[in-house]
Amino acid sequence: MSRDMSYDAVMSRKTEIVKASAGIDFDQFESGSVAFDYERMLKSTGYDFDSVKRIQREVGVGNTPMLELRNLTALARKIAGPGKGARIFVKDEACNPSGSFKDRRAAMAAYHAKKAGYPGVLAATSGNFGAAVASQAAMRGLKCIIVQETYDSRKVGQPEIIEKARKCEAYGAEVVQTTVGPELFYQSLSLLESTGYFSASLYSPFGIIGVETLGTEVSEQIMALTGKQPDAVVITNAGGGNVTGTARGLRRAGCKAAVIGASVNLKGLHMASDTAFNKKSFTTGHTGFGIPFVTNPDRSDVPRSAARPLRYLDRYVTVNQGEVFYMTELLATLEGMERGPAGNTSLAAAFAIAQEMNEDQILVVQETEYTGAGKHVQPQLSFARDNGIDIHFGNPADEVPGESIILPESPASMRVDELNLDHMRKSFIKGAIDGHDKLTDEDIEYLAAETGSTVEFVKQNI
Amino acid sequence: MVKKGTWVSIRKTLLEAAERTGRLPEETKKVPLVMWNKGYLAADAEIGDTVTVTTRTGRTQEGILEEAEPHWELGYGNFVPELLRIGDDARKMLFGGDDK
Repeated sequence: MSRDMSYDAVMSRKTEIVKASAGIDFDQFESGSVAFDYERMLKSTGYDFDSVKRIQREVGVGNTPMLELRNLTALARKIAGPGKGARIFVKDEACNPSGSFKDRRAAMAAYHAKKAGYPGVLAATSGNFGAAVASQAAMRGLKCIIVQETYDSRKVGQPEIIEKARKCEAYGAEVVQTTVGPELFYQSLSLLESTGYFSASLYSPFGIIGVETLGTEVSEQIMALTGKQPDAVVITNAGGGNVTGTARGLRRAGCKAAVIGASVNLKGLHMASDTAFNKKSFTTGHTGFGIPFVTNPDRSDVPRSAARPLRYLDRYVTVNQGEVFYMTELLATLEGMERGPAGNTSLAAAFAIAQEMNEDQILVVQETEYTGAGKHVQPQLSFARDNGIDIHFGNPADEVPGESIILPESPASMRVDELNLDHMRKSFIKGAIDGHDKLTDEDIEYLAAETGSTVEFVKQNI
Repeated sequence: MVKKGTWVSIRKTLLEAAERTGRLPEETKKVPLVMWNKGYLAADAEIGDTVTVTTRTGRTQEGILEEAEPHWELGYGNFVPELLRIGDDARKMLFGGDDK
């Protein structure tokens, strides 16, 4: 066989490679106009909710503990006004087999790959998802390749990403590491084509349906612990799958909690920059993914992303890197839980948001992630300092991503910045209708659902 | 010399700087897209030679031999004094002790 494996040749075969490796024909959901059938796409996996639960249980995924953070709640109440300070709970997703909620997503991909007869699974990710896919592949006896953007052109890599490569290898996966650049997609396609592996995409329906159990568990556990439903759930947002799956699960359980997205503010840093690559301390859960994927989810590696956070977000906030590191340290010293920094993005936001809420209200942080050498406050701050980042105590609002990490002067300095969701809805609509002269009624209703708005809002903004 | 069958790491340039796609920041366009991988060495070779390896999934991959028996150098970095203050301040604020 002598297929042309050059960049242009592989990219020209993209559609067929994606179709063969995703296990889904995405064309069947298209209306021919702007709209596509999102709900039918999510059902197309063939796994209903009970099957998802059963499959996850088989491999020890899910049913993680829900813990009340009594000391952090008490600290928030000391700062908040009288009667203010919601009870803060955290779902300890680090207790999943590979140490993060990503196991829920990987469990479905690996199960399906095995059942459909694929020889292996491949995922392109520098995040916890790689470890999750490698772990699930190990359990199912599948081969596994993880493609990871790891180094800058000097072969210097973030300790957090390198730790994840180590973990993938520990589970028996092959790890393909590259320098910075979106052409990593080309390498993934080449490997999918030559191996015939299943593409464990974070954005395919398999990557989303597995997160719904997280939402239903939040609702059920809070009900069991407090006799009430949570008032709000804070969810770290990057590619949108965490928000989408959790919110769908909450709704499935009949829980009306406000869905609040949170991302680390990395404003001004280009995600494909060789020189900015090691100037940031967060490799996921940040605005560099969060904002573009909210306004255009279909920029992912599948034709239609199943992660569509704008459908579900009631509010979207950012926190700064220094605040997340600070909160990670507080979680260890006040609650006795040493967890990875990136997974505490939503916790940092929750500490500020709880202070806006009343004492009798309940706020849930729906994840934690594992920690260890490299993936920990200390090596990550040490690495930032070695890369010229100015780390000091001060006002977090003064932090400049890529230049400084400002640790809050005191817990009272923790706050969130609001992102304007209406602005994102308008941007979404503008992008979706681009190139379409005439919109059908179905399109208008679809856009209202897509943006979590109303038909009136869509009509005003087309 | 590195013996056949040794677990090694290899490097391969996937795209030269001139071959990189258009929508990249200038600093990224100036450097090649490089890949690293690991596997069992197919034949005796020296560091820097172009070699073939068999990867963990059984694939054959060509590249430049970079390191024999590669190891991880992960740790907890250097001392970060700020971390002590974060915990101490919060504990005082919550549990008392000082006026802080």
